[in-house]
Amino acid sequence: MSEPTDLEDLRRGTDLVKRGFARMQQGGVIMDVVDAEQARIAEDAGAVAVMALEAVPADIRKRGGVARMADPGDIQGVIDAVSIPAMGKARIGHTTEARILESIGVDMIDESEVLTPADERYHIDKRDFTSPFVCGARDLGEALRRIGEGAAMIRTKGEAGTGDVNQAVSHQRNILGSIRKLEGMAHEEREAWAREHEAPAELVHETAEMGRLPVVNFAAGGIATPADAALMMFHGCDGIFVGSGIFGAENPEAMGRAIVEAVNNWDDPEALAEIATDTGKGMQGESNADMPEEQQLQGRGV
Amino acid sequence: MTLTAGVIGVQGDVAEHAAAITRAARAHGERVDVIEIRRSGLVPDCDLLSMPGGESTTISRSLRREDIAPEIRAHVAAGKPLLATCAGLIVAATDAGDERVSTLDLLDVTVERNAFGRQRDSFETSIGIAGLDEPFPAVFIRAPVITDAGDTEVLATWDDRPVAVHDGPIVGTSFHPELTDDSRLHGFTFFENPSSEPSPQSP
Repeated sequence: MSEPTDLEDLRRGTDLVKRGFARMQQGGVIMDVVDAEQARIAEDAGAVAVMALEAVPADIRKRGGVARMADPGDIQGVIDAVSIPAMGKARIGHTTEARILESIGVDMIDESEVLTPADERYHIDKRDFTSPFVCGARDLGEALRRIGEGAAMIRTKGEAGTGDVNQAVSHQRNILGSIRKLEGMAHEEREAWAREHEAPAELVHETAEMGRLPVVNFAAGGIATPADAALMMFHGCDGIFVGSGIFGAENPEAMGRAIVEAVNNWDDPEALAEIATDTGKGMQGESNADMPEEQQLQGRGV
Repeated sequence: MTLTAGVIGVQGDVAEHAAAITRAARAHGERVDVIEIRRSGLVPDCDLLSMPGGESTTISRSLRREDIAPEIRAHVAAGKPLLATCAGLIVAATDAGDERVSTLDLLDVTVERNAFGRQRDSFETSIGIAGLDEPFPAVFIRAPVITDAGDTEVLATWDDRPVAVHDGPIVGTSFHPELTDDSRLHGFTFFENPSSEPSPQSP
């Protein structure tokens, strides 16, 4: 390829480029897939991106043991199968898995609590990467700590693989509630809030002034039906991750299409009724209301 | 007189376009109401339209499913301005070189999707645009290029390939003018474009 004429002015991996990529996902559904065939089904259903992993969270939960990054060859198969972006999951703090994902051309890296954390104290220093990252958060302090480390997108940390949306709702409410509180605070109160939550003060002020997170904020964890997806949009999310909810359903094609349409029509109950009709049985799921803490994934990497 | 601006809102960076239109209107002394378009019946009320970036496969499917596609065609046929950026450009083109995208055939160009590579190859830079005095900050995200600009006027190139074109009421860009605070391209498309039907003028 010939050299661009003003190549010296070309900048990759800047915050604008990384956060910009995340912005392009807004209003979309990102679907978990385990192989190229599922990736094609997801693309045909209207997914805005696919997340390549070794097993969907419901299976990871059932199987137990250590959950790791998927086989790079399998991820490559997913990348090659679709024209939409392909994302991949690395363990929390596993800088090397993330470097491998970046080297094979994954478009976004999910530093994910669904996998077994590799570092008990630190997350990946994401500012160093050209690839953008998405990280989970249960509250505003956690979200701003991750953005401070370089995350270009935040998602809720709903209990993955349960098909129970209540934790995703709770995290989203925590985040929005805290932003509303910050908006009403004086400068020095925001500074104190930043210290108390170990969040970068600059980001605390920015969030308070914008009245929202400075990066895109998606819902993830436990979203199993078109109505769940629409509910998370109602709660102000910018888009949706669906894990086990698509390929754990009786008819993944129909469920995938219905969830995509539900996100677009989240505020129209009549349309939602039509969309949710005849989509087949959703994933079975398990209530997480009284799930023992040791079985919960959301407490990993805070 | 307040203009109605529509941002195609089925998927992508909709709020960013809405903010850019508002900024451009203010700079031109115009008043606009910006609405998000996720279903049919709203485009006919719009004086100007933006098709944002996002995923062209997802956007093109939704436009057909929700019956918005014919309304956008009618908008352009009436000579009203349209700014189509990145995925919007792909959807507006006559040929996207990919059967997964059903194009609207508004802009007689051929585009190549993801022409610069994957997200790690995405970049920001500064480019010259015909008609603008100062260089423009351009953010390319998994961006397409125009491989055949047909009879359209090429406004900007990168590496000798067209990345912004103008044809009558339409301006199409490979990059994302909505991602920075510089709203000159929105201003050009909506408030300075001599070949689009004159918008209702404010006093």
